[in-house]
Amino acid sequence: MSDFEEPTPNEVDSYYQKVKKDAESSGYHLNADVEFTKELLKSILINIKRYGYEACPCRLASGDKKDDLDLICPCDYRDPDLVDYGACYCGLYISGEILRGEKKLQSIPERRPSPDEREKMKNEIGFKISTELSKPVWRCKVCGYLCARDKPPEICPICKVSGDRFEKFI
Amino acid sequence: MVMMQHVEGQDKGKLVLFALSTCGWCKKTRALIEDLAASYDYVYVDLTKGKEREEIVEMVKKWNPQVSFPTLVIKDEKCIVGFKEDEIREAIG
Repeated sequence: MSDFEEPTPNEVDSYYQKVKKDAESSGYHLNADVEFTKELLKSILINIKRYGYEACPCRLASGDKKDDLDLICPCDYRDPDLVDYGACYCGLYISGEILRGEKKLQSIPERRPSPDEREKMKNEIGFKISTELSKPVWRCKVCGYLCARDKPPEICPICKVSGDRFEKFI
Repeated sequence: MVMMQHVEGQDKGKLVLFALSTCGWCKKTRALIEDLAASYDYVYVDLTKGKEREEIVEMVKKWNPQVSFPTLVIKDEKCIVGFKEDEIREAIG
Protein backbone atom coordinates (compact mmCIF):
# COMPACT_ATOMS: atom_id res chain seq x y z
CA MET A 1 0.00 0.00 0.00
CA SER A 2 2.93 2.31 0.64
CA ASP A 3 6.47 2.58 -0.68
CA PHE A 4 7.71 2.94 2.87
CA GLU A 5 8.01 0.68 5.84
CA GLU A 6 5.10 1.07 8.21
CA PRO A 7 5.99 2.73 11.50
CA THR A 8 6.28 0.15 14.31
CA PRO A 9 3.75 0.14 17.20
CA ASN A 10 6.56 1.42 19.43
CA GLU A 11 7.27 4.37 17.13
CA VAL A 12 3.56 5.18 17.01
CA ASP A 13 3.27 4.92 20.77
CA SER A 14 6.17 7.23 21.54
CA TYR A 15 4.92 9.75 18.94
CA TYR A 16 1.48 9.58 20.54
CA GLN A 17 2.94 10.28 23.99
CA LYS A 18 4.90 13.25 22.64
CA VAL A 19 2.01 14.82 20.70
CA LYS A 20 -0.39 14.27 23.62
CA LYS A 21 2.00 15.91 26.06
CA ASP A 22 2.59 18.88 23.72
CA ALA A 23 -1.14 19.26 23.12
CA GLU A 24 -2.12 19.13 26.76
CA SER A 25 0.66 21.45 27.87
CA SER A 26 -0.70 24.14 25.56
CA GLY A 27 -4.36 23.68 26.33
CA TYR A 28 -5.41 21.37 23.49
CA HIS A 29 -6.89 17.88 23.68
CA LEU A 30 -6.23 14.86 21.52
CA ASN A 31 -9.18 12.69 20.54
CA ALA A 32 -9.84 10.30 23.45
CA ASP A 33 -10.50 7.44 21.01
CA VAL A 34 -6.92 6.22 21.33
CA GLU A 35 -7.14 3.69 18.51
CA PHE A 36 -8.46 6.29 16.02
CA THR A 37 -5.91 8.86 17.24
CA LYS A 38 -2.96 6.47 16.98
CA GLU A 39 -4.07 5.50 13.47
CA LEU A 40 -3.96 9.21 12.48
CA LEU A 41 -0.58 9.71 14.14
CA LYS A 42 0.75 6.62 12.39
CA SER A 43 -0.39 8.21 9.12
CA ILE A 44 1.45 11.42 10.00
CA LEU A 45 4.61 9.34 10.62
CA ILE A 46 4.08 7.77 7.18
CA ASN A 47 3.74 11.26 5.70
CA ILE A 48 6.97 12.37 7.42
CA LYS A 49 8.72 9.48 5.66
CA ARG A 50 7.00 10.29 2.36
CA TYR A 51 7.26 14.05 2.26
CA GLY A 52 9.67 15.04 5.01
CA TYR A 53 7.04 16.90 7.01
CA GLU A 54 3.90 16.25 9.05
CA ALA A 55 1.40 16.61 6.20
CA CYS A 56 -2.24 16.35 7.30
CA PRO A 57 -3.33 12.71 6.82
CA CYS A 58 -6.83 13.75 5.74
CA ARG A 59 -5.79 16.10 2.95
CA LEU A 60 -4.05 15.54 -0.35
CA ALA A 61 -0.50 16.86 0.04
CA SER A 62 1.29 17.99 -3.09
CA GLY A 63 4.69 16.95 -1.80
CA ASP A 64 5.94 20.51 -2.36
CA LYS A 65 6.41 21.91 1.14
CA LYS A 66 5.80 25.48 0.00
CA ASP A 67 2.31 24.53 -1.20
CA ASP A 68 1.62 22.33 1.81
CA LEU A 69 2.68 24.69 4.62
CA ASP A 70 -0.93 25.38 5.60
CA LEU A 71 -1.66 21.67 6.08
CA ILE A 72 1.33 20.71 8.19
CA CYS A 73 -0.08 19.35 11.45
CA PRO A 74 -1.18 21.28 13.48
CA CYS A 75 -2.60 22.95 10.39
CA ASP A 76 -3.69 26.57 9.91
CA TYR A 77 -7.32 25.45 10.14
CA ARG A 78 -7.19 23.57 13.47
CA ASP A 79 -8.10 26.44 15.78
CA PRO A 80 -11.01 27.91 13.77
CA ASP A 81 -12.36 24.37 13.29
CA LEU A 82 -12.08 23.72 17.04
CA VAL A 83 -14.09 26.90 17.64
CA ASP A 84 -16.77 26.17 15.01
CA TYR A 85 -17.04 22.37 15.12
CA GLY A 86 -15.22 21.23 18.25
CA ALA A 87 -12.67 19.25 16.28
CA CYS A 88 -9.97 19.63 13.68
CA TYR A 89 -10.64 18.35 10.17
CA CYS A 90 -9.11 14.91 10.94
CA GLY A 91 -10.66 14.56 14.37
CA LEU A 92 -7.18 14.40 15.89
CA TYR A 93 -7.68 17.48 18.07
CA ILE A 94 -11.00 17.95 19.83
CA SER A 95 -12.56 20.59 22.08
CA GLY A 96 -13.19 20.11 25.79
CA GLU A 97 -16.89 19.92 24.98
CA ILE A 98 -16.41 16.87 22.80
CA LEU A 99 -13.89 15.37 25.23
CA ARG A 100 -16.48 15.60 28.01
CA GLY A 101 -19.05 13.97 25.74
CA GLU A 102 -21.32 17.03 25.61
CA LYS A 103 -21.14 17.10 21.82
CA LYS A 104 -20.70 14.33 19.27
CA LEU A 105 -17.63 14.21 17.05
CA GLN A 106 -18.41 14.08 13.36
CA SER A 107 -16.78 14.64 10.03
CA ILE A 108 -16.70 18.39 9.33
CA PRO A 109 -16.60 20.51 6.16
CA GLU A 110 -13.26 21.34 4.56
CA ARG A 111 -12.15 24.88 5.37
CA ARG A 112 -9.02 24.84 3.24
CA PRO A 113 -9.62 26.77 0.01
CA SER A 114 -10.05 24.64 -3.13
CA PRO A 115 -7.08 24.13 -5.48
CA ASP A 116 -8.50 26.79 -7.82
CA GLU A 117 -8.99 29.28 -4.99
CA ARG A 118 -5.46 28.61 -3.71
CA GLU A 119 -4.09 29.27 -7.16
CA LYS A 120 -5.92 32.61 -7.22
CA MET A 121 -4.72 33.54 -3.72
CA LYS A 122 -1.12 32.89 -4.76
CA ASN A 123 -1.42 35.57 -7.41
CA GLU A 124 -3.05 38.03 -5.05
CA ILE A 125 -0.34 37.85 -2.41
CA GLY A 126 2.02 40.79 -2.65
CA PHE A 127 -0.59 43.08 -4.13
CA LYS A 128 -2.75 43.35 -1.07
CA ILE A 129 -2.08 46.51 0.85
CA SER A 130 -4.44 46.99 3.72
CA THR A 131 -4.52 49.34 6.63
CA GLU A 132 -7.12 47.27 8.42
CA LEU A 133 -6.22 44.29 10.57
CA SER A 134 -7.19 40.98 8.99
CA LYS A 135 -8.11 39.56 12.42
CA PRO A 136 -9.10 40.98 15.81
CA VAL A 137 -6.50 40.75 18.58
CA TRP A 138 -7.50 39.00 21.81
CA ARG A 139 -5.78 39.51 25.15
CA CYS A 140 -5.65 37.08 28.01
CA LYS A 141 -6.58 39.18 31.03
CA VAL A 142 -4.63 36.82 33.27
CA CYS A 143 -1.22 36.64 31.64
CA GLY A 144 -1.39 39.20 28.85
CA TYR A 145 -0.93 36.70 26.03
CA LEU A 146 -2.04 38.23 22.72
CA CYS A 147 -3.35 36.40 19.70
CA ALA A 148 -4.84 37.52 16.40
CA ARG A 149 -7.65 35.18 15.40
CA ASP A 150 -11.43 35.22 14.92
CA LYS A 151 -12.22 34.05 18.45
CA PRO A 152 -10.12 33.51 21.57
CA PRO A 153 -8.77 29.98 22.15
CA GLU A 154 -10.66 27.59 24.42
CA ILE A 155 -7.80 27.62 26.91
CA CYS A 156 -4.96 30.13 27.14
CA PRO A 157 -1.90 28.28 25.80
CA ILE A 158 0.35 30.16 28.21
CA CYS A 159 -1.39 30.24 31.58
CA LYS A 160 -4.18 27.70 30.85
CA VAL A 161 -7.11 29.84 31.98
CA SER A 162 -10.35 29.39 30.05
CA GLY A 163 -11.12 31.37 26.91
CA ASP A 164 -13.76 33.50 28.62
CA ARG A 165 -10.94 35.32 30.46
CA PHE A 166 -9.90 36.94 27.16
CA GLU A 167 -10.87 40.45 26.14
CA LYS A 168 -10.94 41.94 22.67
CA PHE A 169 -7.80 44.09 22.67
CA ILE A 170 -7.65 45.57 19.16
CA MET B 1 -5.51 5.42 -17.14
CA VAL B 2 -6.86 5.41 -13.61
CA MET B 3 -6.46 2.15 -11.70
CA MET B 4 -9.33 1.49 -9.32
CA GLN B 5 -9.35 -1.23 -6.70
CA HIS B 6 -12.48 -3.33 -6.79
CA VAL B 7 -14.16 -4.71 -3.69
CA GLU B 8 -16.70 -7.48 -4.23
CA GLY B 9 -20.13 -7.31 -2.66
CA GLN B 10 -23.80 -6.97 -3.51
CA ASP B 11 -24.61 -4.79 -6.50
CA LYS B 12 -26.20 -1.64 -5.07
CA GLY B 13 -25.48 0.54 -8.06
CA LYS B 14 -22.14 1.90 -9.16
CA LEU B 15 -20.10 3.24 -6.23
CA VAL B 16 -16.77 4.99 -6.66
CA LEU B 17 -14.84 6.14 -3.62
CA PHE B 18 -12.00 8.63 -3.85
CA ALA B 19 -10.01 8.32 -0.65
CA LEU B 20 -6.65 8.83 1.03
CA SER B 21 -4.75 5.86 2.46
CA THR B 22 -3.86 7.90 5.54
CA CYS B 23 -7.25 9.46 6.36
CA GLY B 24 -9.30 8.31 9.35
CA TRP B 25 -12.67 9.37 7.90
CA CYS B 26 -11.84 7.57 4.63
CA LYS B 27 -11.18 4.39 6.62
CA LYS B 28 -14.51 4.77 8.38
CA THR B 29 -16.24 5.29 5.02
CA ARG B 30 -14.72 2.12 3.57
CA ALA B 31 -15.68 0.17 6.68
CA LEU B 32 -19.27 1.46 6.41
CA ILE B 33 -19.61 0.50 2.73
CA GLU B 34 -18.22 -2.93 3.54
CA ASP B 35 -20.60 -3.17 6.47
CA LEU B 36 -23.44 -2.51 4.03
CA ALA B 37 -21.96 -5.31 1.90
CA ALA B 38 -22.00 -3.20 -1.28
CA SER B 39 -19.57 -3.77 -4.13
CA TYR B 40 -17.52 -0.68 -4.93
CA ASP B 41 -14.38 0.70 -6.53
CA TYR B 42 -11.92 2.89 -4.74
CA VAL B 43 -8.65 4.67 -5.32
CA TYR B 44 -6.18 6.02 -2.78
CA VAL B 45 -5.36 9.32 -4.43
CA ASP B 46 -2.34 10.00 -2.20
CA LEU B 47 -0.64 6.89 -3.59
CA THR B 48 -0.93 8.06 -7.19
CA LYS B 49 1.62 10.18 -8.99
CA GLY B 50 2.10 12.42 -12.02
CA LYS B 51 -0.40 12.09 -14.87
CA GLU B 52 -2.58 9.60 -13.04
CA ARG B 53 -2.83 11.95 -10.03
CA GLU B 54 -3.79 14.85 -12.31
CA GLU B 55 -6.43 12.77 -14.05
CA ILE B 56 -7.98 11.64 -10.75
CA VAL B 57 -7.93 15.15 -9.27
CA GLU B 58 -9.86 16.36 -12.34
CA MET B 59 -12.39 13.54 -11.85
CA VAL B 60 -12.87 14.48 -8.18
CA LYS B 61 -13.07 18.19 -9.00
CA LYS B 62 -16.11 17.58 -11.23
CA TRP B 63 -18.05 16.27 -8.24
CA ASN B 64 -16.33 18.17 -5.46
CA PRO B 65 -14.42 21.32 -6.49
CA GLN B 66 -12.70 21.39 -3.11
CA VAL B 67 -11.01 18.04 -3.88
CA SER B 68 -11.45 16.81 -0.31
CA PHE B 69 -11.74 13.24 0.89
CA PRO B 70 -13.57 10.93 1.15
CA THR B 71 -15.62 11.74 -1.96
CA LEU B 72 -18.12 9.01 -2.72
CA VAL B 73 -19.78 9.08 -6.15
CA ILE B 74 -23.07 7.19 -6.27
CA LYS B 75 -24.41 5.83 -9.57
CA ASP B 76 -22.69 8.64 -11.46
CA GLU B 77 -25.56 10.78 -10.15
CA LYS B 78 -24.59 12.33 -6.87
CA CYS B 79 -21.74 12.55 -4.48
CA ILE B 80 -21.34 12.54 -0.74
CA VAL B 81 -18.33 14.40 0.64
CA GLY B 82 -17.02 13.39 4.05
CA PHE B 83 -18.00 10.54 6.35
CA LYS B 84 -21.73 11.33 6.51
CA GLU B 85 -22.90 8.06 7.93
CA ASP B 86 -26.66 8.64 7.71
CA GLU B 87 -26.51 9.98 4.15
CA ILE B 88 -24.34 7.10 3.00
CA ARG B 89 -26.61 4.54 4.67
CA GLU B 90 -29.64 6.11 3.02
CA ALA B 91 -28.01 6.27 -0.41
CA ILE B 92 -26.69 2.71 -0.38
CA GLY B 93 -29.15 1.16 2.07
